Amino acid sequence: MSFHLLADRADPGNPWFSGQYVRDNWSTIVAALTEHITLTVQAVLIATLLAVPLAVVAYWFRSLTGPILALTGVLYTIPSLALLAFVAPYVGATNPASVLIALVLYALLLVVRNSLAGLSQVPATTIEAADGMGYGRFGRLLRIELPLALPGIMTGLRLATVSTVALVTIGSLIGYGGLGDLIFSGFRNNFYKAQILTGTLLSVALALLLDLLLAGAGRLLTPWARRVAP
Amino acid sequence: MSRRTVAANPVEQAVTWLNDPLNWTNPGGVLERLGEHLTISAAAVAVGCLVAWPVGLWLGHTGRGGGLVVLVSNLTLAVPTIALLSILPLTFLGFGKPPVILALAVFAVPPLLANAFTGIRQVDPQVREAARGMGLSGWQVLRRVELPLAVPYLAAGFRTAAVQVVATAALAAFVNGGGLGQIISAGFGLGISIGGGQILAGGLLVATLALITEGLLAVLERAFTPRPLRRTGRRADEQASAVGSS
Repeated sequence: MSFHLLADRADPGNPWFSGQYVRDNWSTIVAALTEHITLTVQAVLIATLLAVPLAVVAYWFRSLTGPILALTGVLYTIPSLALLAFVAPYVGATNPASVLIALVLYALLLVVRNSLAGLSQVPATTIEAADGMGYGRFGRLLRIELPLALPGIMTGLRLATVSTVALVTIGSLIGYGGLGDLIFSGFRNNFYKAQILTGTLLSVALALLLDLLLAGAGRLLTPWARRVAP
Repeated sequence: MSRRTVAANPVEQAVTWLNDPLNWTNPGGVLERLGEHLTISAAAVAVGCLVAWPVGLWLGHTGRGGGLVVLVSNLTLAVPTIALLSILPLTFLGFGKPPVILALAVFAVPPLLANAFTGIRQVDPQVREAARGMGLSGWQVLRRVELPLAVPYLAAGFRTAAVQVVATAALAAFVNGGGLGQIISAGFGLGISIGGGQILAGGLLVATLALITEGLLAVLERAFTPRPLRRTGRRADEQASAVGSS
């Protein structure tokens, strides 16, 4: 029996697909996937909590629109690796928060820009009607403008989520890259193809899955938008 | 404790690192890495243009394949750069610069493709009709009417793609592919207490290069856009991102 097991493992090749690899490293893969999901969800949540208020500020005060878009634009232009390099010396190279902060800074622009686009396309007549009904600034924002801007906000969230899932992998430079750790260490350890491809496929699948989930959530949250479709 | 004895803060360390001429001129120094970075990026953008522009222009001209453009944009957004950088050298391409260039070119394609497509699609149908009526063939319409009108979009796409490639080229360091990212990864290899300054200096160099590229290409984009079309040229960026998002 042990001979059979040995024979099963004796293949000296380096295949792209290997069920053996997945079975032998199941716990490592699950841990990497969990870390990947945790970092993505945290980053997108924090980015949203920062970006939506920023978009509202940019929407309320026209004079701040330019500076807010420019600032997030610069943060977006700065390569993710450089952001990590700016953050790591202060937060620590053995601290997953370094990766998290870099991811948040990077995701900001996508959510800010799309939320602002969503807010800006609320029809002026609707706003006038809300004013006429006696809504104050905050009431109007919460009950009228933000709900109507939801499609834009959700677009930003989806874009931010998909690109964050892909970007988490750069964290592997400091050992907190989720599935990127599989890819990175697979490359470093004699170009272990099965490990590299497993990490890649899981990462792409995760991005598409989260995108689908958010698309579904967006449909549920904006039932009025569905009536247009048929 | 040991941190304090090495240096007070990473910024000082980074300034010290940048002020050492040997860090610039040594093999593997800033100048060599900058050269690699620019060569790789230029080649990747060139490959991206060669592939994406003809396809995008043709799809825009025939009016088909809008779904394909969106699909390409969404798929490439989901693929980690590091994954492509790791996978391509293990294929028939072999190690060295070609797989790095190809990996980066893949990420240059979506903005180039989307902008070429929308650039042609946004041409006023009446203009196209008039050109047809004047007896121009399909090919002539594309070359003499649609293409000139799409220039602002092509320029916007080129800027987006080039900036993205210059930024992403830093990740080539993960597979020892050269470029300025190598300075950062080497710094991380030394550890924060010793390499902290180098990490920060590398980050500064990469960020500065990306911002300079962005600024320079924005100026070039303006110069390449004929005056009457400048308004629409600004809109190209937003429309392209809308294509990528839907």
